[in-house]
Amino acid sequence: MAFYVVQFLTGLASAASLFLVASGLSIIFGVTRIVNFAHGAFYMIGAYIAFTLTERFSGAFGFWGGVLAAALAVALIGVLVEMVLLRRIYHAPELFQLLGTFGLTLMVEDLVVLIWGPDDLVGRRAPGFKGAVDFFGQNIPSYDLFLIVLGPVVLGVLWLLFQRTRWGVLVRAATQDRDMVAALGVNQKWLFTSVFAVGVFLAALGGALQIPRDAVHHAMDLRIIVEVFVVVVIGGLGSIVGAFVAAVLVSELNAFGILIFPKISIILVFLVMAAVLIVRPWGLFGKPEAAARKTPGLTVNPWRPLTQNERLGSLAALLVAAMLPLFAGNYALTVGSEIAIFVIFAVSLHFLMSVGGLASFGHAAYFGLGAYGVAFLAKMAGLPMIVCLLLGPLLGCMGAAVFGFFAVQLSGVYFAMLTLAFAQIVWSIAFQWVSVTGGDNGILGVWPASWAASVSHFYWLALGIAALVTIALRIAVFSPFGYALRATRDSVLRSEAVGINAKRIQWTAFVISGTTAGIGGALFAYLKGSVFPDNLGISLSVDALVMVLLGGVETVSGGVIGAIVYKALNIWLVSQTDLSKLVLGGFIVLIVVVFPKGIVGMLELLAQRRRRSSPPGSSLLAKPIESAE
Amino acid sequence: MSVAPTLLAVEGLTKSYGGIHAVRGVSFSLRSGEILALIGPNGAGKSTCFDMLNGQNQPDSGRVRLLGEETTGKKPRDIWRMGVGRTFQITATFATMTVRENVQVALISHGKQLYNLWGSAPNVDRTEAGRLLELVGMGGYADRPCGELAYGDLKRLELAVALANDPKLLLMDEPTAGMAPRERVELMRLTAQIAKEKSIGVLFTEHDMDVVFEHADRIIVLNRGTLIAEGSPAEVRGNPQVQAIYLGEGLLYEGGHREGASA
Repeated sequence: MAFYVVQFLTGLASAASLFLVASGLSIIFGVTRIVNFAHGAFYMIGAYIAFTLTERFSGAFGFWGGVLAAALAVALIGVLVEMVLLRRIYHAPELFQLLGTFGLTLMVEDLVVLIWGPDDLVGRRAPGFKGAVDFFGQNIPSYDLFLIVLGPVVLGVLWLLFQRTRWGVLVRAATQDRDMVAALGVNQKWLFTSVFAVGVFLAALGGALQIPRDAVHHAMDLRIIVEVFVVVVIGGLGSIVGAFVAAVLVSELNAFGILIFPKISIILVFLVMAAVLIVRPWGLFGKPEAAARKTPGLTVNPWRPLTQNERLGSLAALLVAAMLPLFAGNYALTVGSEIAIFVIFAVSLHFLMSVGGLASFGHAAYFGLGAYGVAFLAKMAGLPMIVCLLLGPLLGCMGAAVFGFFAVQLSGVYFAMLTLAFAQIVWSIAFQWVSVTGGDNGILGVWPASWAASVSHFYWLALGIAALVTIALRIAVFSPFGYALRATRDSVLRSEAVGINAKRIQWTAFVISGTTAGIGGALFAYLKGSVFPDNLGISLSVDALVMVLLGGVETVSGGVIGAIVYKALNIWLVSQTDLSKLVLGGFIVLIVVVFPKGIVGMLELLAQRRRRSSPPGSSLLAKPIESAE
Repeated sequence: MSVAPTLLAVEGLTKSYGGIHAVRGVSFSLRSGEILALIGPNGAGKSTCFDMLNGQNQPDSGRVRLLGEETTGKKPRDIWRMGVGRTFQITATFATMTVRENVQVALISHGKQLYNLWGSAPNVDRTEAGRLLELVGMGGYADRPCGELAYGDLKRLELAVALANDPKLLLMDEPTAGMAPRERVELMRLTAQIAKEKSIGVLFTEHDMDVVFEHADRIIVLNRGTLIAEGSPAEVRGNPQVQAIYLGEGLLYEGGHREGASA
């Protein structure tokens, strides 16, 4: 019995830190509508700076002062980030801020290694809480008891801040309707900055307070950010009390899940998250969100099929790519195959996200399912490669059919979070169902058949399939179905009023998209010769998002271009420098700030300007476009 | 007019939210080719009525029949398939698509091509879309992104979209709200003309009494959820109960009728 009580208390102690970080994210999202991916990074910097300060300054004052100073310092960094970066992109397309904050996260991951080194850092114990308390023969660290008390105290302080101060009232008002608050003469800029500062402070404090419990390391940001997303979704976006309850719930699920259901301990929280999202999409303590005001004057370049010239150009590019084996070595061809596969992956997400307006945060699930599908068929059933390639993606298709059915009932951030939960469920299964999937060791020895075994043959195969998939999806974009899908993206109300079953259209798109991702995954399994849980992990899902956003989410070709640029740059940087994440992150941030419409969007803009500045008829290129009707 | 069949029959429509009776026992009917105005002060239950007619909202009791077929309990998309077009009080269009594409989507849906993944949508019903746009005077705007349009043009586009499935009945919720006076007259004149030509029944709500009295064949008046008057424009204008409601707001007087002339 005592053991279970101690386990419960340990869960509560873990909840404190999680609550701090989650409440910060929740507040920031509530007001600015930004899903701050860098929140984990701020948490991590908080821990690192606190480590340095508490090592430098001794005594109780040195420790507690150091923790507090670290949180304040990170809050200042947060203010800087908000003013320099986020302010410029509040009006960028939805989720674009996610790309910007993701870029920051990449940069921070390299920066902390650069400054503090790659090794785990073990901080000192908290003065006054070094010992343990005996509880019926079980030891509880007294620092855990301190954290257990701290959680509700912070909750109380935040509650007072939001209920009793003018600033709190403004924040709550802005959470409901920020345009109205701005119309009432409140300086929105500073409100946003201060909210961001408070949110980041909480994240950094959460990180700083972890040092007596956990080692500080440079991957702690990704680990916490997933958990924080879970907490915020279960509790309800924008709800502080919800964040607290959900933090406790998640921490206890983690603490007891490992005892009671050791086989499915990881999956448990995500199952709960998915269940909450399906039954109460706005979370346990959240409120159904009023539809956000559409930015007036929102205009997107009308989408049109490629002109004859552009088709020829694309074909020429494809031919050049096909001639690569004539002059490039094996390494370049392997890289080329990988890029081709990621083009498939990116265009599959693009179809769902740009055409359907449904940004999946867990698209790697269907990529990975395709890969596992191939691995199962090849290793267990011993089927030939061509059969595996045809049937493997069906696993992705089935996953998309099941998960998609639930996911399309939601929209916006809730859709994103539910797809994330589903992806983590699939990942957990792959990770923990060792007898079938091999767990962390994966499934090895998935080699291509002899006809595709040579590097150049495989490259042609990957390139050919990528071209076919891209063309097929492009045709779909300009098919009647594509129009219907875009219609549901623009206005569900109007779609239903002209006889369109919006959910069914979106579900169909989800299945198409998932199956396509599965095709990419199937090829990937043969390229690598193995399948690992990472193939359906969160970082791969983020990669897909970044590729689409980088290329331009409002464009038709964004997926292809984004995938090529991102993947090529990524591989090249890794080979050139140890600080590849720093450079890549910086590049992404730059793109976000300078070219918020993505690469293709920027090119379109340039082409448009050139057409306008030149007198009609003078530009040969412009002619066919203008006479397209 | 009396030979035209009853197109829409509404019987005892009732809806309450909590303790508030938004609509109480409303019954009326509409014939093909007839233009019926539903008027009443703010909060009278006009929009609730409307939403129940096209399935956006479900009544607590009462029934709605279209050419004898029950529509109560059906979804908006199914009611649309029965031949009911609708425009919204706040326009709902596909903002990132062009004007022509907006109409094409409705035509694609009408032609049951929604799950066609292979065809070339830009060429689907292109002529028909152009014809509908010409009809509402938007022919010159076909390639403009819908998000660029002025509000009055959006209203006209909505009309073109609503006409895409050869509707038997048009439901127009404040079709001229937010438009300039001259645009209002033009749009309603156009609607009336189309309705007469194609024998479409039109039910519309409107605050502008000029528009109502000029174009409606018949008027029904709603106040606090109940139907208080029904008749020709002249009859409704002479109805003391209606006058009491509107005179209290200073909206209706003999001679020139101006909306919001309370100042």
